[in-house]
Amino acid sequence: MRSGALSGSLPFGARLAGRMRQREVQAQIVFCVLLAALVWGFIQAASGIEGRGGAQSGFGFLREHASFELGESLIPFQAGDTYFRAFLVGLLNTVKVAVCGIILSTILGLVIALGQLSPSILAARLCRLYVEVFRNMPLLLQLIFWHTFLLRGLPAVRQALSPVEGVYLTNRGLYVPAIAPDPAYLPMLLALVAGLALSILLRHMARQRDGVIAPKWRLAMIFGPPLAVFLAYGAPFSLDMPALAGFNFKGGWTLTPEFAAMVIGLTLYTAAFNAEIIRAGIQGVAKGQTEAGLSLGLRRSQIMRLIVIPQTFRIITPPMTNSYLSLTKESSLAVAIGYPEVVRVANITLSETNRSIECIALIMIIYLMLSLLISALLNVVNARVQMQHR
Amino acid sequence: MTRAAPITSGFADIVRSQLRSPLAAGLNLLVLLAFIAILKPALDWAVFDAVWRRESGAACDGATGACWAFIGDKMRLILFGRFPGPEQWRAAAGTAVLVGLVMASLTPSCWGRRLVWSWGAGLILYFVLMAGGLPGLPKVSSADWGGLPLTILLTVFGSGLGLVLSVPVALARQSRLPVFRVAATVYIEAVRGVPLISVLFMASILLPVILPEGLTPGGIGRALTGIVIFFAAYMAEVLRGGLQSLPRGQYEACAALGLGYVATMAKVILPQAFVIVLPAIVNMVISALKGTSLVVIVAMMDLLGTTKAALADPDWIGFYVEAYVFAGIIYGVMCGGISWYGRRIEHRFVSSREHKK
Repeated sequence: MRSGALSGSLPFGARLAGRMRQREVQAQIVFCVLLAALVWGFIQAASGIEGRGGAQSGFGFLREHASFELGESLIPFQAGDTYFRAFLVGLLNTVKVAVCGIILSTILGLVIALGQLSPSILAARLCRLYVEVFRNMPLLLQLIFWHTFLLRGLPAVRQALSPVEGVYLTNRGLYVPAIAPDPAYLPMLLALVAGLALSILLRHMARQRDGVIAPKWRLAMIFGPPLAVFLAYGAPFSLDMPALAGFNFKGGWTLTPEFAAMVIGLTLYTAAFNAEIIRAGIQGVAKGQTEAGLSLGLRRSQIMRLIVIPQTFRIITPPMTNSYLSLTKESSLAVAIGYPEVVRVANITLSETNRSIECIALIMIIYLMLSLLISALLNVVNARVQMQHR
Repeated sequence: MTRAAPITSGFADIVRSQLRSPLAAGLNLLVLLAFIAILKPALDWAVFDAVWRRESGAACDGATGACWAFIGDKMRLILFGRFPGPEQWRAAAGTAVLVGLVMASLTPSCWGRRLVWSWGAGLILYFVLMAGGLPGLPKVSSADWGGLPLTILLTVFGSGLGLVLSVPVALARQSRLPVFRVAATVYIEAVRGVPLISVLFMASILLPVILPEGLTPGGIGRALTGIVIFFAAYMAEVLRGGLQSLPRGQYEACAALGLGYVATMAKVILPQAFVIVLPAIVNMVISALKGTSLVVIVAMMDLLGTTKAALADPDWIGFYVEAYVFAGIIYGVMCGGISWYGRRIEHRFVSSREHKK
């Protein structure tokens, strides 16, 4: 690749060739050769084990039929479906637990950060204690503890704990009321999407004329249409309550002990880190900013909303991105308690098909894609909250 | 609202300042009530109603409190795993030597040639104590190493070797030679994009496949390989931050003195970069310590593994809270200790650097 530049007569190529001393070129070639030899040896060894199995290598096995069941899935899955579908179920379960964990750990982290900054010494100390305890214990230990607790510490279905009407805690899972599906909800979703599109379009048009749309009008544009649809359908809303039927609860929304343990463990663990990030972000806004706001005659709430919070966002977005990425990757620990996410599915598939290299490669590819996706999304957010240099 | 800062900080002043605003007073009251509501049952469970000394699990059956007798009975299993009973002092002594060496290495005043010799002697002593094979010290297979010594072994060697590997990776990442830079970037970004457990799987399943027979490391070696590969990528990023934060003048001064690449890096750049990133490296060691618990998933008996094993005894059923609280306290004390140590050296470096100015 670079040798072409050496013979080229372009000034850039000549400069490059001049910079690359001979020894450096040699070192790079030796490194490439070593790397190629390593990869070649790896492929040889890998095809060796595939040969033993007598099957064709590669990802073709994804089309074969799996003979296992998975505990829970967002799309229907049963023994006899393809391995590809099993991995899809795993991916969806990973996304499900990661999204729940990210939302809940952010809320809890915010509460704890505010607690640490509160004027009350006792509340601040308590929140500090929370952070120190939960961040210094391995997540896996916490996950296994919560899973054991949900399986052994909660009563059987017949003696279900019911702290609130409609919520039942049992060792088979947690049962909570769900919003009953209604034909009005699909049009409402469409109206929401339409409102969102309209608001983005109008804002774009306003930007071109150097104008802005007031936030309250944008909110009205986004949430108005679904609300109108909701009212037009006669405001249909009913809860689907879980009820004891036979040996188990029917109806409502069921959280399996595995999923519940994952969400509790990930939330409590990550919230400790998020609290530290948010606390540092709020404290990182210079005191002079608040004082400047006071001297301008702004009210406390205005200072918080207009001056401190936007700058806090600027500080915390990059570390929060890392925190969300860690949470998503750490959801892979679910394999230890049997929640069927990517690693668990890969593990079962591996033991059924002996496709170790393919399965591990699939885990890595899926997580790399998820990581890239989250970084890309939060980079967009980051670009928007960072200071605009004109 | 008065905004006068309290000058004296006597107890009465603190109490008064805590009751001044309604928010502070309300929060204090809330926390106090919650604390009392939780403290009483927690103390009852952990201390007053607890069973401390009994022969078997049946003794704890009627008790409402914690069954610390279970921990007492299983203490050696949880701490040492399958390490043979009469030889367990060796695991404890070896681990103490290792921890002492690490603490000395993290103290800048101990840095020097003598530390290198201590590491050499200490490591020989450590492996003699752990593996045995000398007269008077029966051989202990590495498959029987477990519990706390295994957790500490994986942490120390995982983060230590990871740090060693991270130096060439960080330098390659910074290199102006494209092949090295691209290779290091791909390695760092790939590892940072995947979970630790997948790297551990790779090491424990693929290493025996790739390596010729006879060269395949045992369980500990494989887990350690995975941990080193994983944390080296993170440490390389940390180190790169240190390299980038050094002023360009340092490089230019070396060039002006006619120092070569190796001398520039080894004598001038890396020592300064290490000092800058030491607090971040301490944080990585804490992550590594917590990360070693994942070896349970590849069927190793570290502290978490032995805790789970202790719970499998049919004579003692259902004392998982005691077991995990015990293991959690050990992990918490270790991580808390390391982070306290990290804050202390960070403080010392910051103050020494400000002093020089």
